[in-house]
Amino acid sequence: MDGLAGGCPRAVCPGNEVGHYTFLEDVALADCAIELEGRDLDDLFETAAAALAALMVEPATVSQTVERTLTVTAPELDLLLYDWLSELIYRKDRDREVFTRVQARVTGAGPFQVRAEARGGPIDPARTLLGADPKAVTLHQFAVVRVNGGWRARVVIDV
Amino acid sequence: MKVTRIAECVWEVPPTEKTGMRVPARLYASDALLAQLDRGVFEQVTNVACLPGIVRAALCMPDGHWGYGFPIGGVAAFRADTGVISPGGIGFDINCGMRLLRSNLTEAEVRPRLRQLIDALFAAVPAGVGARGFVHLTAAEFRRVMVEGAGWCLTRGYGWPEDLDRIEGGGCLPGAAPDAVSERAVSRGTDQLGTLGSGNHYLEVQVVAPGGLHDPRAGTVLGVEGPGQVLLMLHCGSRGFGHQIGTDYLRLFDQVMRRYGISVPDRELACAPFRSPEGQAYFGAMTAAANAAFANRQVITHRVREAFGAVFGRDPRELGLTVVYDVCHNTAKVERHAVDGQLLELVVHRKGATRAFGPGAPDLPEAYRELGQPVIIGGSMETGSALLVGTSAAMAETFGSTAHGAGRTMSRGEAKRRTRGETLLKDMEARGILVRAASSSGVAEEAGFAYKDLASVVEVLDRLGLSRRVASLVPIGGIKG
Repeated sequence: MDGLAGGCPRAVCPGNEVGHYTFLEDVALADCAIELEGRDLDDLFETAAAALAALMVEPATVSQTVERTLTVTAPELDLLLYDWLSELIYRKDRDREVFTRVQARVTGAGPFQVRAEARGGPIDPARTLLGADPKAVTLHQFAVVRVNGGWRARVVIDV
Repeated sequence: MKVTRIAECVWEVPPTEKTGMRVPARLYASDALLAQLDRGVFEQVTNVACLPGIVRAALCMPDGHWGYGFPIGGVAAFRADTGVISPGGIGFDINCGMRLLRSNLTEAEVRPRLRQLIDALFAAVPAGVGARGFVHLTAAEFRRVMVEGAGWCLTRGYGWPEDLDRIEGGGCLPGAAPDAVSERAVSRGTDQLGTLGSGNHYLEVQVVAPGGLHDPRAGTVLGVEGPGQVLLMLHCGSRGFGHQIGTDYLRLFDQVMRRYGISVPDRELACAPFRSPEGQAYFGAMTAAANAAFANRQVITHRVREAFGAVFGRDPRELGLTVVYDVCHNTAKVERHAVDGQLLELVVHRKGATRAFGPGAPDLPEAYRELGQPVIIGGSMETGSALLVGTSAAMAETFGSTAHGAGRTMSRGEAKRRTRGETLLKDMEARGILVRAASSSGVAEEAGFAYKDLASVVEVLDRLGLSRRVASLVPIGGIKG
C-alpha cells in the first residue's frame, strides 16, 4: 500500500500491546483515514475496533458497563473488516453504545467470521468526551494485506 | 497530470491522461485555487470520467477537495438509459444540505440575548455522537416520512404550509421506495429526526455583513433586506438513516457491478446501471433518505422557531422566521439537460455540490422563477457564508450546478494540532461569535484556517456566471455537534 507513513504518532490499543493504528494526515482531508497493523487477524480486528472507538470518544470517559457478543460473517476477508467496522458504527447509532475493549476471534477461509466479546458503555452526554461521529466505512483505498510479521489494513471513515 | 486552461477559471484534463477516461475532467478554479487543490482531487475527478454513460465531462467545483470516490465538489451526469448510478457520487450523508431562514430581527436586538438564544438552540436541537431526537416514529410513520418528506412534518404541526414551497423539490422528491430500505437503516435512524449530527454540521446565527447586500433587488425577493439583519443557516442531512442506506448499497454494488461487466478505478465508485433492478432500488432508497433529510431540517426549523419565540417572547410568525430556501448538496436527480444539442434524461450526481437552476426553471417556486434558484454556500464558522442565485450559465455549463462550501485545506488532525477547541471557542467569543458545541475536538477540526477563503470560491462562481452574488453573511453564534 502507498503512503503508509502517517503524520500522527502511532497509537497502541489499550490493553493490547501489539496492535497499532495511525491516523493518516495526507489522505481524504474531510474524512478520517486510518492505517491498522496487527500481529494476526484477531489483533487486526481488535485494533480496528480500538481505532474506531478512539475516533468517536475519549475511551477513558466511557463506562465499562456493557458486554456484548458480536458476530459478523462475510464471504471475503476484506469485506469482513468492512462489515465489522460497519457493525460497530451501526450500534453507535442504534444503541448509543461504544466498545472500547474488544477480544476478537477471526475464523474461516471463505466465508470468514469474526466473533468478539466487546466491552464498553453508553454514550453519556454528562460523562463521555465526544470526538467525531463516523457515518460509514468507505471503500476508498480500502485494503487488507498480509505483511511480514502480521497484517495491515487501510480504512477511510466518512465523518 | 496534464491540466490545461481552456478558458478563464476553467481547466481540463484530457481523456488521454488516464486509461479508461470516457470524457474530459473539467475543474473550475482561479489560478490560486487550482494551486491549492490537493492531489486527491485530480485523481478522483479523472476516475469519475471513467464511469459508464457519463456525458460531457466530469466536473469539479472551485471548493473541490479530496473525498472518497467523487471529489467533494464533484458533479457528473450519466445518461439515464445507458449510464450508471453510484452511491459514491452522492455520499453517505444523502441530502446533506443547507437551509436558510430569514428574520425581522436585527443584530442590535439579538446581541443582548445572544447567550440565552444559543443556549436555547443547544437545548432544542440535539447534536453530536449519540444524540436522540424528540420525535418518536412508529414504523408506519417512518415510511410516511420517507415518501412525504417535509410534508409529513406539517401533518404533525412541525412547520408552516408556506415552508414547502421554499424547499428544493417541495421538500419531497418523487420515487421514494420504502421497500428498498433495509430494517437496519430504519432502526439506525428511527429516533434521530430533529438532530444535527456533528463534524461540519451546524446551526448558525448570522447577520448580513456591513456592505454585504450585493444585489438589493434579489435580496428583496428573498426577504434579505440589509446589513445587520439576522438569519439562521442550518447544515445537516439524513443522519444514520441515510448513512446506512449508503453503506447497504455500496456494499451491494461492490459485488453486483461485476455481473454488469463494470470495473471502476476506485472501489468507492461502485455502481450499477441506473435502469437495472439494483440501480432502481438504490435510487428509491436514496430518495427515501433525501426526503427524510428534508424532514430532519423541517423538524429542526420548528425547534428553532420555538426557541426564538421563547427567548424573544414573541410569536415566531411575528419574528418573520420564514424559509428563504433549502437545497441539497449530496444527491442524484433525474433531470433533462441539453448535451450537444440533444435534450437528454440524465442522472445528475452532485457530491458536495449544489443545484443552481437559473431563471425560468419550472421547479422553482413562482416567487423565485424570475430570479433564479437561491444557492446557499456555507463557509467556516469563523469567517462567514454566502447567498447567491442560480443562472442560465450554470444550466448550460455545469448541469445547473455550483459549489457548496469553502473546501478544506488541511486534515482534521492538523487542525487539532494547531488549536484546541476550548481556546478557539474563547477566542471566537472575544471576537463576538458565541458557539456551543457537543465536541470540543470537533470545534478545533472546524477552525476557519482549515478551510479555503470562501470569498475566493464565490468570486470564481461569480466570474464564471455559475451563480450570482446576493448577500454575504457573517456568524455571530451557533451550535455544533
